[in-house]
Amino acid sequence: MVSKTPFHASHLDAGARMVDFGGWDMPMAYGSQIEEHHQVRQDAGMFDVSHMTVVDVTGAAARDYLRHLIANDVGKLSLPGKAMYGAMLNESGGVVDDLIVYYFDENHYRVVVNATTRDKDMAWMTRQTTGFDVALKERTDLAMLAVQGPNARDKTGAILSDEQRVAVADLKIFQGVETGDLFIARTGYTGEDGYEIMLPAEQAGSIWDALVKAGVQPCGLGARDTLRLEAGMNLYGNDMDESISPLAANMGWTIAWEPEDRDFVGRRALEQQKTDGIGEKLVGLVLEERGIMRAGQKVVTEDGGEGVITSGTMSPTLGKSIAMARVPENAGDEVQVEIRNKRLPAKVVAPGFVRKGKALV
Amino acid sequence: MSEIPSELKYAKSHEWARLEDDGTVTVGISDHAQALLGDVVFVELPEVDAEVSAESEVAVVESVKAASDVYTPVTGTVVAINETLEDAPETLNNDPYVDGWMFKIEPSDTAELDGLLSSDDYAESIADE
Repeated sequence: MVSKTPFHASHLDAGARMVDFGGWDMPMAYGSQIEEHHQVRQDAGMFDVSHMTVVDVTGAAARDYLRHLIANDVGKLSLPGKAMYGAMLNESGGVVDDLIVYYFDENHYRVVVNATTRDKDMAWMTRQTTGFDVALKERTDLAMLAVQGPNARDKTGAILSDEQRVAVADLKIFQGVETGDLFIARTGYTGEDGYEIMLPAEQAGSIWDALVKAGVQPCGLGARDTLRLEAGMNLYGNDMDESISPLAANMGWTIAWEPEDRDFVGRRALEQQKTDGIGEKLVGLVLEERGIMRAGQKVVTEDGGEGVITSGTMSPTLGKSIAMARVPENAGDEVQVEIRNKRLPAKVVAPGFVRKGKALV
Repeated sequence: MSEIPSELKYAKSHEWARLEDDGTVTVGISDHAQALLGDVVFVELPEVDAEVSAESEVAVVESVKAASDVYTPVTGTVVAINETLEDAPETLNNDPYVDGWMFKIEPSDTAELDGLLSSDDYAESIADE
């Protein structure tokens, strides 16, 4: 069965090339995916992200439940609408999924997890409710749209009511606000400023049309992937999964070790990993010759250690191939990447190649 | 709909071939193929003088998303490659049949061309996809 988001008709009207993405019929691109990419870096583009799984967590133990479920600590959240990035781990410290959690109040949070992991995430989250007075409710009544780019907030402003414009005027990064029928958060997956907007599914078509009229370029999954990779953001299933520790996926910053008595799932395994050493790290690579790095290609370090490309592409902004790779912890500044039986040199950098339109490497 | 010039021959794997007056065969990828690939960002061409046999992979076209092999429709020797594609791989998207040619082969048996699809047959084969 193929699922359709509330924006499906809009994609077809816009002439999108559709692909099956984890059971969802989604737009790959509307024309040139490179043009869509540049549009987001230089102006404003929008992405249908309604396929992602939105779950409201409510109840007297909502806070305690999420402090158990997520390796980051929702106890740090106290401002209504505040967002936090984190991961839920399994008992052996592997990543079940990465997520964003929004705080509404102590008894109400909203968790957004990936689309392709929906079934296992729902099962996992439900299993973890044992002993907690909480209810999980999937918000299939909502559509979600990401509007991203240096002009994204201005152009979105043009379609908001006066009241909504005031509500978002001073919105800080990683902060959201419920206003009218919309929940508008200053978050994203592109390395640019912008919003992610949750809206009633039945308004999807009209909001889409209004944003097109306001000069926002529809962008597909193709541009979404090159943008997130340039921004050095992980993709679940590529850069980490259930067999990978967040410590080997550049996600150490999303683990809240304090307070020490918070017993989140996977904590003991992670502490053991920390003591024993992980042995691997996730780094960024920039290819120094012509060619394109792709997920799965072998990486060889100076002393013969081996790693693997987890995500790779041609960076439209840099005009070079960039990648993320899981490599031995002692990897130096230079590695070799095996591309079709040839070994090509690549420079090792911190993951994160482009931010706010500017090259970081 | 994609353009399928009637004077060319086609392979099911989406290459086109044209027999030139000098007896060489020019090879590229079809308009349909470039549209499927999306933005082409890298092309790896065969070596000049390489001996190649029909239906073997001799070149690679990479779009942003994926790498795809290009097969030679005829057996023979590579006599020329379109080096401009190395700096301007997008030519494959913009002009797949003229400026976007990929390589030329001195065929060992031009009869191999008769085994390829006509434009009508190729149009039919991609309609079934």
